[in-house]
Amino acid sequence: MPKKVAMTGNVAVASAMRQINPDVCAAYPITPSTEIMQQFSTFVANGQVDTNLVTVESEHSAMSACIGAAAAGGRVMNATSANGLALMWEMLYIASGNRLPIVLSCVNRALSAPINIHCDHSDSMGARDSGWVQIYAENAQEAYDNTVQAPRIGEHPEVRLPVMSCMDGFIISHSIENLELLDDAQVKDFVGPYKGTSYPLLDIGNPVTYGALHLQDFYIESKKQLHEAMKKAKDVVLEVGKAYGKLSGRSYGFFEDYKLADAEVAVVVLNSAAGTAKVIVDELRAKGIKAGLLKPRLFRPFPYLEVADALKGASAICVMDRADSFGAAGGPLFNEFRSALYDLPVRPMMINKIYGLGGRDVGLDDIRKVYMELVDLAQSGKASPLCEYITVRE
Amino acid sequence: MSKPKGWKDLPSGGMIKEAGNAAQYNTGAWRSDRPIWIKENCIQCMFCWIFCPDSSVTVKDGERGEFDYMHCKGCGVCAMECPAKEKAIVMMTEAEGARPDALEKAKAIAKKMAEEKAKAKK
Repeated sequence: MPKKVAMTGNVAVASAMRQINPDVCAAYPITPSTEIMQQFSTFVANGQVDTNLVTVESEHSAMSACIGAAAAGGRVMNATSANGLALMWEMLYIASGNRLPIVLSCVNRALSAPINIHCDHSDSMGARDSGWVQIYAENAQEAYDNTVQAPRIGEHPEVRLPVMSCMDGFIISHSIENLELLDDAQVKDFVGPYKGTSYPLLDIGNPVTYGALHLQDFYIESKKQLHEAMKKAKDVVLEVGKAYGKLSGRSYGFFEDYKLADAEVAVVVLNSAAGTAKVIVDELRAKGIKAGLLKPRLFRPFPYLEVADALKGASAICVMDRADSFGAAGGPLFNEFRSALYDLPVRPMMINKIYGLGGRDVGLDDIRKVYMELVDLAQSGKASPLCEYITVRE
Repeated sequence: MSKPKGWKDLPSGGMIKEAGNAAQYNTGAWRSDRPIWIKENCIQCMFCWIFCPDSSVTVKDGERGEFDYMHCKGCGVCAMECPAKEKAIVMMTEAEGARPDALEKAKAIAKKMAEEKAKAKK
């Protein structure tokens, strides 16, 4: 029977890790992800897991230790945020390039400078091209559920890619919410024995080389393999999300569509702000305005055909980004969605709002204003500015 | 050489499944200086075999053989360490060393080096 518990997002993720019982974890603290490994180290000290917890001297070393342990043949997990993720940068590419299915819990936080510890998505959005599968969570329940699903996605023989499971720093990581945990035995059974590599380095009878030099003659073949594995990950995410639904009653797909089917105006927003947007959707629906919401879950690989299909009926769409891609035609999420909708026979009008950077609160009023702007846009057909900051003082 | 494998047939992640595969890779092409072995000067001390940072000095039945030019990178450590009175290993440029008269030239160089060394001692 599932247990109802009250937990912070961080403790929920640490609990999933306890139930998964990885072989190796590396730990280097950074707010707001610190609590995950702190809580997990208690499980290690209490003997509740068999994990070899490696305390390292930086996030670069943390990811390096994960890479070594994964190549050796272990199931490996880790957690970080913001500048910690930035310091892992070159190792992120090495993890995916070597096709090692490491699971990293990324607790989204703004990148310095100015130094800031609160939520935005500039950290994981910057890592979007690093060859990691990226999954996002609205709340602690989803963060827990995604963490349990992550190893099965990454370790699938046709995928074998590292997985980054993201949730909002502080807003989710440090807020206590009610959620359901699966039984330990259910998680153990769901995740199954590790099959993330066919060639572990510890198999000394069959020595192999990881990380060899690939010049003009082989490098691009390696990247083409990664490209195809990423495509394959799409099917696997669906398959695992469905299986998880059978087990828990909570099915997962590429995104959540909230009252989107007949929506005339729609907002696309990631993570915790989607919860706020749902309140406004309900409010507007009560007034007879056909408002809808799309909350992306899988960002890499990006399900561009499916989101285009889900949004094709809307006449005006706002994509909200909690990260800027300075100098680009809008934030990272906007560019992705706008490109995905380009092939629709009738293209909806699209605008972009950059919001909530560095943890700036985004409230009901802010999101209501966005929807009302979309209503105007849909009626007048007049273009608004393409990309604007909101939740900012003028 | 056969056509290299395509992305579908290569091991994933650039992994190499066979151990000791460096033997198949012609790293000798990197060489700009070439060691020439003068068999008649060789005292079979095996210093060159020990000092070679690759494995480019071949030995068969306890006797030193020819250089493995497919892997020798021309570092010159063997020539430096050769203790024979008249050097059994002489470094030449790759172009000179590839000519048919290379061995004769090498012998002359070894002889000259020994004479100069003797003169310096006096």
